[in-house]
Amino acid sequence: MSLDDWILALHVLSAFAFVGGIVLFWVLIVASRSIDTPADTIRIQPIATVGGRVVMIGATGTIVFGIWLAFSYGGYDPWDGWILAAVVLWFAASGVGARTGAEYTKAFDRARELESAGRLEPDAELLALNRTSRGAALHLAGSLLLLLLLVDMIWKPGA
Amino acid sequence: MSEILASIRPDEQNPALLLHVLGAMILVGGLLTGASALALARGNAGNLRLGYWSLLALALPGWILMRVGAQWIYSEQGWDALPDDVDEPAWLAIGYIVADAGGLVLLISLITGGIGVRRLKAGGGSGLLKATVILALVLLAAYVVAAWAMAGKPD
Repeated sequence: MSLDDWILALHVLSAFAFVGGIVLFWVLIVASRSIDTPADTIRIQPIATVGGRVVMIGATGTIVFGIWLAFSYGGYDPWDGWILAAVVLWFAASGVGARTGAEYTKAFDRARELESAGRLEPDAELLALNRTSRGAALHLAGSLLLLLLLVDMIWKPGA
Repeated sequence: MSEILASIRPDEQNPALLLHVLGAMILVGGLLTGASALALARGNAGNLRLGYWSLLALALPGWILMRVGAQWIYSEQGWDALPDDVDEPAWLAIGYIVADAGGLVLLISLITGGIGVRRLKAGGGSGLLKATVILALVLLAAYVVAAWAMAGKPD
């Protein structure tokens, strides 16, 4: 395997981590829709932490190794339309992902607040934060951007 | 080698590749979620169930999509028409072995996990669920190797 083959393999593995983390967050979004107690909200936080780290590693690896390949791979240039589209989609998906994370962090913060106040019973505000439609819509938008990114990577329009 | 393959792949093969890759990504996401939820559950029944259902409702359908896509692109690229005296490349063999053996391990993990989740109500099942998380982590590692082989295409 050449160095480029290794970088391509790392680029693809990073993409798997990125999307794998997004899939993990879909599970948590669905699972948390019925959660209204601080304890149950806090118990899923470690899983969200794993997801957040995997997404971070995957997103970083995808862009770093992808740009490397755009410069070093024969036949492709960083200013090719499909590569520029991929970079734009990556930034859009990452930006939306960051806003999604901030939206769901509110539920964890509220759960910690309730727990430290000794209020362990079901809480309507916590349920509303766990069910945030804005957060779900943002996650859907981020997922669709990643799907477009994958389609762009496979079809390479104009290449 | 992968550069040449990437540049000559006709557009007609792309839907099969998309299905294969998307299925594999869902499979990896399901395994990651399942393994994380089970490993970090610390005996919490809710997280144990969440982990098991992630394997059943995400990893299994992902594996099916990945495998259907693999067979589709295998046929589209003419690998099934190779002469008997020509060997398949190593990356293809690695992909096939890991996909099929991994499917069997996934099935075993779903059976052990299913029994474990059923026994949760009676206060048991923790041993079976520990076995499930180990199998899920082994699968995750195996599919990382498969994805590396598919992408890097070692000779």
